Amino acid sequence: MPDGDDKRAAQQALVDRVLNGAGTASAELRAQAFHNDGTSPPMDALVHNVVRSPVRLTDADIAAAKASGLSEDQIFELVVCAAVGQSNRLYEAGLAALAEATADGGAGNAARDPQ
Amino acid sequence: MRLEILNSGYSPGTKLLFGVIRLFSRQPVPDAAKLVFYRPDFYGEKAKAFTHEAMRGPSDWSVGDRELMAAYVAKVNESAFCIGAHTATARLAYQDAPRVTAVLTDLESAPIEEPLRATLRMLGTLTRDGGVSADDMRQVLAAGASPQQIKDALAVCAAFTTTAKLADAFGFDVLSPEGFAAGAKYLLKRGYR
Repeated sequence: MPDGDDKRAAQQALVDRVLNGAGTASAELRAQAFHNDGTSPPMDALVHNVVRSPVRLTDADIAAAKASGLSEDQIFELVVCAAVGQSNRLYEAGLAALAEATADGGAGNAARDPQ
Repeated sequence: MRLEILNSGYSPGTKLLFGVIRLFSRQPVPDAAKLVFYRPDFYGEKAKAFTHEAMRGPSDWSVGDRELMAAYVAKVNESAFCIGAHTATARLAYQDAPRVTAVLTDLESAPIEEPLRATLRMLGTLTRDGGVSADDMRQVLAAGASPQQIKDALAVCAAFTTTAKLADAFGFDVLSPEGFAAGAKYLLKRGYR
């Protein structure tokens, strides 16, 4: 299979949609949630929990985000961006480690030493 | 679910579809299905396309192997909904419930192939620690997994990390064993599209 992997391409299409397509939250806020960087309270705690430990998230976290003036649709989008962002970081980290492992002629077959 | 829009913010056509699903499955519509029907242009359509490609697209891993990876990632993420859904689907795909139980109980002693064991171990490290090293990857390659198989496994991990996080963030209802079994049957027949 070519390196332009269909699975990765489909995942990148999702990333592009949630970051750059139309939304009720601004593209800037969505990017902040995606990168888990720069969101203001109380959304920062919500995003951080989605990234680190979503099982700890409570109804109160959502209520606080709503009380700050965000609509449910905006919260929906920002939570999706936070989840897709963390998944994307894991995917990238895995692919980078694999590229390193195969580029140095290890057990992989991506780059063979001509000698 | 925690957002009211995810409970009731659907078009009449989608509500009708949910009614049909309830009628035929005799089970509530799983929250995972509701989520991808909410404003599908924002998340659902692209998420379904990616998840289907990762889980049912061409791969040297079997469908059962990939469902097992999803269940394993769910377990490391402690996502109750996803553990239930993908344990049921992996069991059905393999027609071998003890194999799935063994992996989820103790990966190291489970009676599975070494490339799969090494791949699951690496996915566990990646999910828990947020990263893996080139040495981690060399161990998976040395166990016999191909670079493409590793890429395919990373796609499964990415798809289900997203789903697990959304399941817990939005508060998906955990289904009954019958509900998960009905979902598993559907996912094996139709996939994630």
